[in-house]
Amino acid sequence: MNEMNTEGYVTEDGRKIGGVVMEMRNITLRFGGVVAIKDISFDIRQGEIRAIIGPNGAGKSSMLNVISGFYNPQVGEVWYKGERRPQMKPYQVARQGIARTFQNIALFEGMTVLDNVMTGRLRHMHAGLVAQSLWKGRAEAEEVKNRESVEKIIDFLEIQHIRKTPVGRLPYGLKKRVELARALAAEPSILLLDEPMAGMNVEEKEDMSRFVLDVNDEFGTTIALIEHDMGVVMDLSDRVVVMDYGKKIGDGSPDEVRNNQDVIDAYLGVAHD
Amino acid sequence: MIDDDRHLGTFDGGGIAGKGDRFAQADKGGDILGQSSQAAEGMASVPALLQRNAERFGTRPAYREKEFGIWQSWTWAETEKEIEALALGFLNLGVDEGDFVAIIGRNRPYFYWAMVAAQSVGAIPVPLYQDAAAEEMAYVMGHCGARFAVVEDQEQVDKVIEIQEELHQFEHMIYVDPRGLRKYDHHKLHIFADIQEQGRAAYWEFIEDLKERRGKLDYDSICVMLYTSGTTGKPKGVVLSNRNIIEASRASAEFDNLTEHEEVLAYLPMAWVGDFIFSVGQAYWCGFCVNCPESADTMQIDLREIGPTYYFAPPRVFETQLTNVMIRMEDAGRLKKWLFDVFMEHARKVGPAILDGKPVGAWDRAKYALGHALVYGPLKDTLGFSRVRVGYTAGEAIGPEIFDFYRSLGINLKQLYGQTEASVFITVQPDGEVRSDTVGVPAPGVEVEIDENGEVWYRGPGVFEYYYKNEESTKKTKTEDGWVATGDAGFFEEDSGHLRIIDRAKDVGKMADGKMFAPKYVENKLKFFPNILEAVVFGDGRDACTAFINIDLNAVGNWAERNNIGYASYQELAGHPRVLDMIQQHVEDVNRSLSEDPMLSHCQVHRFLVLHKELDADDGEITRTRKVRRGVVAEKYGDLLTALYDGSKEISTTTEVTYEDGRKGSISATLEIRDAAVVDVADDKKVAAE
Repeated sequence: MNEMNTEGYVTEDGRKIGGVVMEMRNITLRFGGVVAIKDISFDIRQGEIRAIIGPNGAGKSSMLNVISGFYNPQVGEVWYKGERRPQMKPYQVARQGIARTFQNIALFEGMTVLDNVMTGRLRHMHAGLVAQSLWKGRAEAEEVKNRESVEKIIDFLEIQHIRKTPVGRLPYGLKKRVELARALAAEPSILLLDEPMAGMNVEEKEDMSRFVLDVNDEFGTTIALIEHDMGVVMDLSDRVVVMDYGKKIGDGSPDEVRNNQDVIDAYLGVAHD
Repeated sequence: MIDDDRHLGTFDGGGIAGKGDRFAQADKGGDILGQSSQAAEGMASVPALLQRNAERFGTRPAYREKEFGIWQSWTWAETEKEIEALALGFLNLGVDEGDFVAIIGRNRPYFYWAMVAAQSVGAIPVPLYQDAAAEEMAYVMGHCGARFAVVEDQEQVDKVIEIQEELHQFEHMIYVDPRGLRKYDHHKLHIFADIQEQGRAAYWEFIEDLKERRGKLDYDSICVMLYTSGTTGKPKGVVLSNRNIIEASRASAEFDNLTEHEEVLAYLPMAWVGDFIFSVGQAYWCGFCVNCPESADTMQIDLREIGPTYYFAPPRVFETQLTNVMIRMEDAGRLKKWLFDVFMEHARKVGPAILDGKPVGAWDRAKYALGHALVYGPLKDTLGFSRVRVGYTAGEAIGPEIFDFYRSLGINLKQLYGQTEASVFITVQPDGEVRSDTVGVPAPGVEVEIDENGEVWYRGPGVFEYYYKNEESTKKTKTEDGWVATGDAGFFEEDSGHLRIIDRAKDVGKMADGKMFAPKYVENKLKFFPNILEAVVFGDGRDACTAFINIDLNAVGNWAERNNIGYASYQELAGHPRVLDMIQQHVEDVNRSLSEDPMLSHCQVHRFLVLHKELDADDGEITRTRKVRRGVVAEKYGDLLTALYDGSKEISTTTEVTYEDGRKGSISATLEIRDAAVVDVADDKKVAAE
């Protein structure tokens, strides 16, 4: 199944995918007696769009939480950029360049879109307390620089018209886009998207898919996403991990996964013809 | 009333004038009008104006565009460099004299530069509507045989690629926004900035050629070709010369004292003649700054930030803004609402008079000044109209309340009447002579006449050269000596000398006693009431006028709710006696206002009924753009029409309806017919048509 070499591979549409950036080795995660993830291994390569799919309760979100450092697996290792990652707090993981969005939007409702996206720049702000309070020197220069990169993302995601609108007043689809903007503002090397299309109508899904593809294309960001919508996953991703009851039952290109009998049985349903 | 949908009678399929004939044709008409080919101030083309501006206004801003949250600006000197680089790039790419260059995108400096750069190398810019359907774009680009296109982004690139197979001559496409386009085949696809870069690199190779081509441009060479959007038949390419554009811009700029200090916001489609005159013609003539919004959605925010001094919008924009203000005032605190009501009432009373410089009492002036500090000023700021010195509305009739609202705030909103074939200006309202029901006096240098059928004709320096590859339509519209038929019926008011547009000429009829019947004019008056959605007035060949009325379900439903009137369906609401009372009042108000009008007092509505169903495009009663199909309605509701004229009090009828999924059904109803009071007008009042 994994016939690619360490140098990476070339996708159907001609994108070059690089070496492994992140590798999960034999991860097992338990909550008391409940085993959420059972001995799962897979890798994420530089520049690819990697999807994790599976039915409800398959352990997809738990997997994402392991990647983002929110959960620590009892067994197994997380390797990031060629090094084994020690146990870390989520903010430490974020500082390493892994940004994420949430299934249930987690934005600051009372703040404007611009301010929300600016919070994503946190890891690029280094000015001290005094400089910040006096608004002199480094603080000012940093803010200008950060604002500039935030504006580029606002432009990219086409949310200029709501720049100064408090997030609480926005409809769901736009909030999702703002969350993506905030994650992008961190200039992550890996972007984790937890059900980016959940609760969206067809048009919003199409918009979001386009943005995900454009982000990958324009910034070369590696993207790992969890998604329910099979159509979306198959169109977007380069490689797909399929989970069921905490186990990995498939891994490969969308076509390989689509034709995998285990996957068909477990997730797509058994064909009755 | 700028209406692109004029004289579209029949389309002959195009292609009569051969491709090479276009320059030969360009000379027609000019000399007959007695115009010399002497250009105004020696400026014979837009590129020449650009060079003048770069010298005269070098450090003043020419363009601004909001990007990344900041207004980026280009001075005239910088603009000249940008355009020169692009023009050299065009030469490098092989753009020939006489080539057509399609421009497809929203208002951005790059596209304005592309138009002037195309002119600089002797090519002809053809701006297109960026939201046009692919087949419409294919028709236009095929019709003019465009070899080059400058487009905005992936969306347009995809669209042009889709239609490319039908376009044999088409060669190169240049795009501004590279997003998503990296993987495309770039043999014939170029990035805007790269073309400019190549142009700069090849400076010494092409600069002489560029200078030579620029030098050849004169008053008779083609400035731009604009396609009129046709609702019937195919679009027609209106060819406008440098003379047309520069003379029209010069005259109108002088008329309103426009200077290099104006600020305009360019947000109306670039394919529309109005935008070309305001954002290119007048901007280059005066040297003022054209501001481009960040995106279509931010227009209102950008408008407020820029605070334009010169502004143009169709009535619907003003209408939407007014509605937004009213809704927000409904939600405002009691004190604010009270202030708003009190001072707006006062503004309505004295505002327009103060604006027109008419005598107003000291007390009223003081109260108005206080109102300005408390209400009008902040409101104008919110709307983005704080600095508007001259504002225009055109395109269709504007409701008097809407018009008066803006004028009472002290915004100098005026009306003009124009069309593509006239390079916009036919008539305009001078300061101090502004009314909602006229379109003003003939624009400077324009002659306007009314023929025996009441149709408006004009001629002047802005009159177009010809329709591209469509000699037949040209002949039908433009006479040998330069007069152009507008397709609209109107008349000049005797005392004020202002033109009033009544109706499309083909809709105007005669009543039994030979007086003019103008249904659209009466219908518009009725439709200014929010409760009336649609009205169809009958009277051609009859003794008296009658009307079908459609209520507006939102407005009337809202009113019913507030007045505790229960209803279960549209039909029930439409037939409710109190609704009929209300509509009757509206009709009688209209009759009163018509009676004061010597030309149209006989068009008062004697009897009316409220239809039991909404006129619907699915039933073919109105077009998809909501224009009533008079003939279809009259035929389909023949029984109702008969009842309106035979004096009956009510009528039972059954109507076939088509549902959205194509199924058919029928509804029956008994409709009450009401008599509306009419005002008697002495018959011997003299009616003048000129």
